[in-house]
Amino acid sequence: MDSFGHDHSHDHPHQSDDKIHAYYQILGQALKELLIEKGIVSASEIQYAMERREATTPANGAKVVARAWLDSEYRKRLFMDANSAAAEFGIELPTTHLVALENTPKIHNVVVCTLCSCYPRDLLGLPPAWYKSKAYRSRVVCEPREVLKEFGTLLPDDVEVRVHDSTADLRYLVVPMRPDDTDDLGEDALRSLITRDTMIGVALAGRTI
Amino acid sequence: MRGPHDVGGLDSGPIDLAEYSLTFWELQIDAIRAVIGSKGIVSTHENRRTIEQFGHEIYDTLSYYERWTAALQRQMVDKGILTQDEIDKKVAQLRIRFQETGDLEGP
Amino acid sequence: MTVSVKFNPGDQVVVRGDYPIGHFRTPVYVRGHLGVVVRYLGHFENPEPLAYCLQTDLLALFKVRFRQVDLWHEYKGSTADTIDLDLYENWLERG
Repeated sequence: MDSFGHDHSHDHPHQSDDKIHAYYQILGQALKELLIEKGIVSASEIQYAMERREATTPANGAKVVARAWLDSEYRKRLFMDANSAAAEFGIELPTTHLVALENTPKIHNVVVCTLCSCYPRDLLGLPPAWYKSKAYRSRVVCEPREVLKEFGTLLPDDVEVRVHDSTADLRYLVVPMRPDDTDDLGEDALRSLITRDTMIGVALAGRTI
Repeated sequence: MRGPHDVGGLDSGPIDLAEYSLTFWELQIDAIRAVIGSKGIVSTHENRRTIEQFGHEIYDTLSYYERWTAALQRQMVDKGILTQDEIDKKVAQLRIRFQETGDLEGP
Repeated sequence: MTVSVKFNPGDQVVVRGDYPIGHFRTPVYVRGHLGVVVRYLGHFENPEPLAYCLQTDLLALFKVRFRQVDLWHEYKGSTADTIDLDLYENWLERG
């Protein structure tokens, strides 16, 4: 993929693509200006939505997971009703049904949206380019272990790999296992071990990343 | 019998794991789409349907946010909110602005 | 509101093997396959008419689990590996 996020896995003449990509960038700006001129949307609404996006990062998810590692009552609440558990950190999900998936020594969860790009945005921010790519979406459902290997994640055969294809209105957050050697770490230090990829399920939380 | 978006289980190459930060215009399209959605003008379901109807060549040629941009254009015209003529004229103006100032955003 | 829920956790279901044209949230790779209902997830608006701005009733949604070895002939992982999808009741039949 290049900086525009294109998959170059298809055959077509590339010289004409540059013109197409330039057109869409201008088209985006044209639509924005027209919609503002007509009063359909306001510049400040767009600005606010952009700022909210930039401010929402995987640090949100890490707060939830770190608390679940430390507080068994919170952990129960998280698996019972993830929306309410997230709200305890001020993370509101008015239109999303959030579900937390528990990784255990016997089950490893990994999340995808094969049909589009459904993602727990309020917890993890905007999805990375690879999550939206055809390669990830097509392959993780039929060869999850090979895909995990590409992320450097090797799982023993006796661990069940459970893929979750987000096909409806639910959004999935993986709660990775807490690494063994972390009893000395406080909540802030634990949060730093909980990366975006561990909460999608393509990586394991570890003390040295 | 798959739509261009329904890719689960298809053959594909290695996953490009490089991290890309969104450009300003990509983030802007994401934001516009959210505002349009929150006002009930175009639902997420409708947006998905528009994109799925592009067909394979268009779906595969356009990047993720180019697809969103194309969908927005189609929806605004279909709903009578903008005309194609208005859009074409604005695009022509912006091309000139871009050539003169090197910047898509106006002064 | 009284709602009908056709399936219970543990029920075997078959995903309809149909290929209509339109907006459907049932990926082709599970159509015609046998799975097991894990959980009833609630009633949701049906995305199929919503995608065309048509009125919709609420539909029951289920988490359905499939064995990977049932979906892919040449599956290379463990026979215990699974995949879960959230599927609407109108795509499920008793298995």
